[in-house]
Amino acid sequence: MLENVIFLVFGMISLALLLNLWRLLIGPSLPDRILALDTMFINSIALIILYGLLMGSPLYFEAALLIAMLGFVSTVAVCKFLLRGDIIE
Amino acid sequence: MQNWMEWAVAFFLLLGGSFVLIGSIGLSRMPDFFMRLHGPTKATTLGMGGILLGSIFYFSLQQSISVHELLITIFLLITAPISAHMLIKTALHHQLKAIERTRGERELKQGQQQGSPDTKTAMPESKQSKES
Repeated sequence: MLENVIFLVFGMISLALLLNLWRLLIGPSLPDRILALDTMFINSIALIILYGLLMGSPLYFEAALLIAMLGFVSTVAVCKFLLRGDIIE
Repeated sequence: MQNWMEWAVAFFLLLGGSFVLIGSIGLSRMPDFFMRLHGPTKATTLGMGGILLGSIFYFSLQQSISVHELLITIFLLITAPISAHMLIKTALHHQLKAIERTRGERELKQGQQQGSPDTKTAMPESKQSKES
């Protein structure tokens, strides 16, 4: 039963990723696109954790943590660049 | 693994997956950037919490207690408001257009015109539906 549920949640998160991609493509302004990209990072963390659950190995959490840090730093860097014209002042 | 634990893991995974999906639907369907920010910052973070809780249950029952996932949960819970703050500051700096229904805009205009705002009957209803 658990495998079926995991595949169902895979489908849900993939649909969520497609919706984020739609917003990333049509987003009228630049902060919309940054927000869509940030949400795609978070959803890909969910995908990696689900994959680790399906494989039954706890090795994938390091990758998920790495992607979480990467997403946060990139979002803050792009926002800072748009806000101040410079990342590190 | 016992049967009821499998049910618990499945329940948390379904809860998390549906919240993530709801957050992304909000991101793609809302009319305004200031509304669109609500979906990913709240619903998606809660959904990630649900998925990670299911994962904690699963791995704690298979092997010993595992707290790797708590790191990701705490990290996401800390960084989601910070990135939302940076994004909203960027949006205010770029002066993005907000529709009339968005809260702050209308109150700001009314506050400039008169002293205390009354939010219920300020704007005509037809303009709201046209904007969206």
